[in-house]
Amino acid sequence: MTTVTAPRADATNRGGGKVASDRARAENRLGQRLVAPAIVLMLIVTAFPMLRALWLSVFNYSLAAPDDREVVWAQNYLTALSDPLFWKTTVITVAYMVVTVAIELVIGFVFAMVMHRLVFARGIVRTSILIPYGIITVVSGFTWQFAFSSTNGFVNGWIPGIDDTFNWFGDTTPAVIAICISEIWKTTPFMSLLLLAGLAQVSEDMIEAAKVDGATWWQRLWKVVLPNMRAAIMVAVLFRALDAYRIFDNIFVMTNGAEDTASISFLTYRQTIEQLQLGMGSALSVLLFLSVLLIAWLIIKLFRVDLAQARQEG
Amino acid sequence: MKKLGMPIGVALILIWCLLPVVWVISLSFKAPDSITVGNPGFWPADGTWAGWENYRQVWDNDQFKRAILNSLGISLIATGLSVMVATLAAYAIARLEFKGKRMVLSMALAIAMFPVVSLVGPLFDMWRAFGIYDTWIGLIIPYMSFTLPLAIWTLSAFFREIPWEMEQAAQVDGATSWQAFRKVIVPLAAPGVFTAAILTFFFAWNDFVFGISLTSTEAARPIPASLAFFTGPDPFTRPASLLAAAAVIATIPIIVIVLIFQRKIVAGLTSGAVKG
Repeated sequence: MTTVTAPRADATNRGGGKVASDRARAENRLGQRLVAPAIVLMLIVTAFPMLRALWLSVFNYSLAAPDDREVVWAQNYLTALSDPLFWKTTVITVAYMVVTVAIELVIGFVFAMVMHRLVFARGIVRTSILIPYGIITVVSGFTWQFAFSSTNGFVNGWIPGIDDTFNWFGDTTPAVIAICISEIWKTTPFMSLLLLAGLAQVSEDMIEAAKVDGATWWQRLWKVVLPNMRAAIMVAVLFRALDAYRIFDNIFVMTNGAEDTASISFLTYRQTIEQLQLGMGSALSVLLFLSVLLIAWLIIKLFRVDLAQARQEG
Repeated sequence: MKKLGMPIGVALILIWCLLPVVWVISLSFKAPDSITVGNPGFWPADGTWAGWENYRQVWDNDQFKRAILNSLGISLIATGLSVMVATLAAYAIARLEFKGKRMVLSMALAIAMFPVVSLVGPLFDMWRAFGIYDTWIGLIIPYMSFTLPLAIWTLSAFFREIPWEMEQAAQVDGATSWQAFRKVIVPLAAPGVFTAAILTFFFAWNDFVFGISLTSTEAARPIPASLAFFTGPDPFTRPASLLAAAAVIATIPIIVIVLIFQRKIVAGLTSGAVKG
């Protein structure tokens, strides 16, 4: 027995001991070899192109006129940052993010509560909640675009007080609402499943104890359940917020950026792929990347998200 | 109140999740010529029921059939490769002590949050230089990279739960290392690997940004991109009912997977992201 446990203790003690055992070293090597292919693959498609974007962004480089390529240093960035279009697009993108995440959090939490307490029809509920999760975003975009359409849709007929010929895609606000609804429909299941996992971690004993002490349902929710699933809520918000900030598919399908509904992602796509302005597009790519970093940092700092704790590694 | 709460909640979930699905199916049965003049309402109006006509037209469209083939091929290959690579990495993360372990997890997380659009410009340029623009491989590579984080997180959470001592126990009982691995570890690990594969497949099947940016012809264009560019016989009015039929066909694989594996998918989604 002792001969079996001794080297094992030695290997796990690796951090403390000065001289690592052969076994620990071999384990270290094997571990690094096993993760190497994954690291390489992830870097090929992210780090390398990102560095290339950084490089291209200092050029005035259009694929339509590749020979006129010249170094313009920060000119692309200055042009973008001094253009009101860039700021208008940023504001709209932030609006998409805040509105969709806030509404999804509420609906997702209600769904998670229902699923958590559910004793019957579990399979049906699970199946139907996974359909929007699995459906192609483009399909969701079409479905809702047609639903809101005044010629072939049903929404105008169903909502009282709205004219049958009302064009949802003729102005910014209604078009943004339609896009948000498609986005919310598609991604609420993801949110509710993450919250369901968090709910499962709240101890039933604690809720029982609060009940015995005379706490109302509302008090139990706010004082016991929510504080105890904080980590799960924050992870869900972080994931979904960054996802929502990158909103692209729904806009492409539903409005194609018309009526000022374009997001930062859409603007970047349009510059690079449609107008082949690789220099300007790369500058926008870098700005998009930096803004995602900034938002991630803000959410992690503001809400003190601890991912390790959420994974119970802490 | 208490008794009524649950059925109402269940009804709300079902309506919210399924109403748009029923709507798009209903739309796919509206006659195409009634769409051009306008055919509002949830159900096809009287005399505008098209039967299977829209489906037949979509199915006869070679571009659409090619897109389905592209999507299936690209998604399945990317899923297989990604899960293989992720399994190696997740095993190391769950079982071994090595330097840089935390870095791998943080990196996976960072990539999961990466703004995909900021990559398509440089990738577009690079892929044309490498000659893999508008090919299957040109899409398989980015799909692998972007599904790895999810696969690694899900798998390492699963692997951490596996009672690995059972492998030694089997060996003590006289099994060879290979037998112990095949008869004990593989059955324990398979559900996790399988779940990771389903989630990976969903991602690849759903992708749109790479699909439209890194392809230019039907040689590699996947379904979402093909749907967005699908205009039908008349490019000026979008053939809503045809598109709806195409959308329904593109959703069938997802529905089949969800129907068969709902329990596994929920377990995978909830364990990978939050639980340890």
